[in-house]
Amino acid sequence: MSDVLAVAEHRRGELRDVSYELVTVGSEVADATGGDLHLAVISGDVDAHAEALNLEGVDAIHTVDHGEEFNHDVYAQVVEQVYDAVDPQVLLTPNSVNGLDYGPAVANALDLTYVSDAVGVEFDGSTLTATREMYSGKVETTTEVEAESVAVSIRSAEWPATETAGDASIEAFDATVDEDAVKSTVKGFEEVGGGDVDITEADVLVSVGRGIEEEENLDLVRDLADALDATLSSSRPIVDNGWLPKNRQVGQSGKVVTPDFYIAIGISGAVQHVAGMKGAENIVAINTDPNAPIYDIADYGIVDDLFEVVPALIEEFEG
Amino acid sequence: MKVLVTVKEVAAVEDEFEIDGTAIDEAYLEYDLNEWDDYAIEEGVQISESEDDVEVVSVTIGPERSEETIRMALAKGADRAVRVWDDSLEDAEMLDVEAKTNLLAAVVEEEEPDLVLSGVQADDDGFGATGVSLADEVGFEWAAVVNDLELDVEGGVASVRRELEGGVEELTDVDLPAVLTIQTGINEPRYASLRGIRQAQRKEIKPMTLDDLGLSADVAESDLEIVDMYEPETESDATLFEGSPDETAGQLAEVLRDGGVGQ
Ligand SMILES: Cc1cc2nc3c(=O)[nH]c(=O)nc-3n(C[C@H](O)[C@H](O)[C@H](O)COP(=O)(O)OP(=O)(O)OC[C@H]3O[C@@H](n4cnc5c(N)ncnc54)[C@H](O)[C@@H]3O)c2cc1C
Repeated sequence: MSDVLAVAEHRRGELRDVSYELVTVGSEVADATGGDLHLAVISGDVDAHAEALNLEGVDAIHTVDHGEEFNHDVYAQVVEQVYDAVDPQVLLTPNSVNGLDYGPAVANALDLTYVSDAVGVEFDGSTLTATREMYSGKVETTTEVEAESVAVSIRSAEWPATETAGDASIEAFDATVDEDAVKSTVKGFEEVGGGDVDITEADVLVSVGRGIEEEENLDLVRDLADALDATLSSSRPIVDNGWLPKNRQVGQSGKVVTPDFYIAIGISGAVQHVAGMKGAENIVAINTDPNAPIYDIADYGIVDDLFEVVPALIEEFEG
Repeated sequence: MKVLVTVKEVAAVEDEFEIDGTAIDEAYLEYDLNEWDDYAIEEGVQISESEDDVEVVSVTIGPERSEETIRMALAKGADRAVRVWDDSLEDAEMLDVEAKTNLLAAVVEEEEPDLVLSGVQADDDGFGATGVSLADEVGFEWAAVVNDLELDVEGGVASVRRELEGGVEELTDVDLPAVLTIQTGINEPRYASLRGIRQAQRKEIKPMTLDDLGLSADVAESDLEIVDMYEPETESDATLFEGSPDETAGQLAEVLRDGGVGQ
């Protein structure tokens, strides 16, 4: 029998989707060996969050009412204490930006083997088998962990959310937070990426990635956007390079878009990019690499050089 | 003040490749500086340019081949480098987070930096965990996914922005010493100048073995094992247009027009 402890995630008053997905993975893993699924809900409105997470498959919810927002020093201390009390075989955390900010520290402190960004998890009580991507999604690996204790961070949006109500016990966990060990202060939040255009409103997006190579070449995709009466957006490296402003960035740390047509030009389709555009009605990919992950979600594709295809496409609409 | 920048040489896979067992056939791999680490080096060098008496040391775990990558960091302005390698690491199938943590922790103990900069993740195995794990091991404060950094050296505080999901940034102060994992876009990494490249030839790359670091060979032992590697089964039902660029563009144009685009 193997128990599982999963740590919920919330931000600015709201539970994040991955919390519901953690319940799905956690109950699968716990059920496989007849163990229990425990959830830790830390900081913020813990009672409301615990109520919302009282879902099928969850056996016990441990709440720790300490501060409003995520602070990694608090999370690290509290998760370690809940872990020691529950004594689970598997610790599950989200592979989110905040998950990356405490998961590895907790795993190291508790001497757990850490497997990050899992897209599949199976556990038979002694061996945990995780599916992970490597080389920017070009290959998948099956990774086995022969360990007493293992911590796995799970990729968001890979598992369905659990929504059915459950009957878990909800209890305040008596954690002791050593304030002297809290050496970071979260001072606030800021929304970035405002400005003149709102790419989330566009019906058609011409989106450009690193395949465009040089800033000068952006004119080519600008011309295409004009010809199609579309809005120009991009993957992250284009914004990192300062070639387009932040408000044009599609993806995890940019905007989530759902246009009728999303035309990805020279974009590989990294998971953090796909997070922002997989909801598009029609996805078109123009990419020289037939193995690029973007083709897994594309509806239409041209496996060819963008510098040949894009001018021809402009010609079609303007010629 | 001393800034330690962790640098990894990563392998990128060519468009067409073959898998040999549980690894990619060496012939299809190209080695380069990890994208995120390039930004970490730049951040370190910028600190040394704006503050007095800053030494920037880069540390790599890697075989002799990785010296090329290390030289790149030196050419961009790092003062010197440490390269950790050992025959017993050569034999390890993979270095997991724990192994990298322990190796780097030994270097931190040796170098005693005030600030450690690492990349958010490495492009090849993508664990995204070493920096924060290292912080715990050496008892430093930390922050993950940092896209803005202001140092108050006297006050011993780093004011950072952490890039969260959905265009939200978290403004956080962390006490020094700290490990920060650096996100792309935090700065504009420079190209190495010819002068920098020449100077790099004369800078020290200190090799360190497990013995030098006071570690035993079991540091590389891992509870993790890759038992299979494969190309992900494509769920793709994409319609791929074939032919010359004119032909494929024509077919795509038809689909777009049917969808009401550009009308
Ligand atoms: C915490 C975190 C958050 C992130 N957030 C985001 C985000 O919000 N948005 C985002 O986009 N990324 C994000 N990333 C980065 C992401 O992991 C990828 O690095 C990035 O999406 C890659 O961009 P790309 O596809 O343009 O570049 P690459 O991956 O380099 O792909 C370029 C593609 O162009 C193709 N190509 C090259 N030349 C040509 C040609 N002549 N013709 C046609 N095709 C060509 C290549 O085959 C390749 O597939 C994030 C990463 C992290 C760690």
